[in-house]
Amino acid sequence: MASKPRVRAPKSASKGEVVEIKTLISHKMESGQRKDSDGNVIPRQIINHFEARFNGEPFFIAEIEPAVSANPYISFYHQPQESGEYEFVWNDDDGSTYSKKSKLTVEG
Amino acid sequence: MNTTFKAMAAAIALGLPALALTTGPAFADEMAEGKWGEYQVGDKRSGYTYAGPETRAMQDDEFQNPAMLWLDTGMSEWENAAGDAGKACADCHGDAEESMAGVATKYPVYSEETGKMMNLEQRINFCRTENMQAEPYKWESDELLGMTAYVKNQSKGMPVDVSIDGPAKEFWEKGKEFYETRRGQLDLACTHCHVDNAGNLIRAETLSQGQGNGFPLYRLKWQKVGSLHRRFRGCNNNIRAEKLPYGSDEYTNLELYVTWRGNGLPIETPAVRK
Amino acid sequence: MMSKAMSRRQVFFSIGGVAAAGVGMTLMPGLAKASPEEVQKAIKEMIGDTTPQEGKVSLDLPEIAENGNTVPVGVSVDSPMTQDSYVKAVHLMADGNPSPEVITFKFTPQSGRAEASTRMRLAQTQNVVAFAEMSDGSVYRAAQPVKVTIGGCGG
Repeated sequence: MASKPRVRAPKSASKGEVVEIKTLISHKMESGQRKDSDGNVIPRQIINHFEARFNGEPFFIAEIEPAVSANPYISFYHQPQESGEYEFVWNDDDGSTYSKKSKLTVEG
Repeated sequence: MNTTFKAMAAAIALGLPALALTTGPAFADEMAEGKWGEYQVGDKRSGYTYAGPETRAMQDDEFQNPAMLWLDTGMSEWENAAGDAGKACADCHGDAEESMAGVATKYPVYSEETGKMMNLEQRINFCRTENMQAEPYKWESDELLGMTAYVKNQSKGMPVDVSIDGPAKEFWEKGKEFYETRRGQLDLACTHCHVDNAGNLIRAETLSQGQGNGFPLYRLKWQKVGSLHRRFRGCNNNIRAEKLPYGSDEYTNLELYVTWRGNGLPIETPAVRK
Repeated sequence: MMSKAMSRRQVFFSIGGVAAAGVGMTLMPGLAKASPEEVQKAIKEMIGDTTPQEGKVSLDLPEIAENGNTVPVGVSVDSPMTQDSYVKAVHLMADGNPSPEVITFKFTPQSGRAEASTRMRLAQTQNVVAFAEMSDGSVYRAAQPVKVTIGGCGG
């Protein structure tokens, strides 16, 4: 399946509130530790890096190893002080990058 | 020779770890308390009730449920025009949330066009080849799983309501016969695990009633979404029996029987199981 | 210093006893778990020569994982998240896997809370260990065993 991300981030928050963000992306996360039926090692292909940015500034990063399950799920937190835009970026071993953006309005 | 002994003897003969059927946790108490809510109807229990708490949590939180990635595929395919007719599902069926609500509760259904039973996957592909003049989706492709899950998800929470009246009856009987027939080197029928021993342990795993109300579902073992026919193939493989082709008449009739057994259970698609 | 290092090694050896409870070979067939040396090397890459202290770190893990392919794991660290004092990173390690590293979460004061979760593969019954690196250079550690169920029905 082509890698497509899903993100649940809040649309609004009050200043200083800690909000939870959940992310999911379809990916087989081939570990490089498996063999095919002919005994050849199946080459590793994983999502190796995830970054959550707010107004361009990274606030949470995950360095990912083959031990993370297929279709990686990552949840984490953010404490926004102002309105802005989230950008979530996943890096694939094959050089591909997947990203998703969403807007947040901070009140008060 | 009783069943368990026979199975164990076969397993040992094959050099496999013994299939030790032992009594599992005291589910009777849980049933008495009605602990499982909508996931239990009379003595019918969804596979949800046999799943561990973390697996149930993964299903309960729509965002944690990895099967939602496949639903996204189904949703985009719904709008995607394909084939010589240049039509998408949405062109005839409009908003799936309205047009498909409740539809999946009736499947498999008897088809006048083919003179046999049709499950949801087959109905989707029938629509593609006959109405859209498009290539059928491949079995177990992300598109077919996604579309099936998306359509079935429009009936989530509605009770399974399969009819075995009229022309469906003879196919139900074939499915029932399959269900009750011993097969494979372990010489087991579906009934031996999923009727006689539901709730008991087979090695470290609790046997369920083998209900189909959550399919297509995300299986941790598969690390992806799979169909009920994939599960049938896995089950047949476990008992060292011949795996039948996806969408074969035998499996579709078996699907009718299995689904009918679960009449009244809520549709959970896409469920999460171990 | 030496005795601390030894005590860490003892922890990893003791895990071998737990692993005997069940070996799931389907996940990463033909691969042995990482050697104690490999585990030590992985730890050194994560936290250098700092001696970890116990406390502050909480792991949220199932006692028994239904399937080693997808084991939910959450980690949280009891710490302020301010410019002056915050959790810089949490390293998760599974020492019974062919390769011990699982994931590193990197936090900032803007994270608001040093808490994150994911899902991981566990090749067999083993300990999951978390190391939290604080902004002052100290390291805290927590470990928890997870039993990995051997399926009766591969399917």
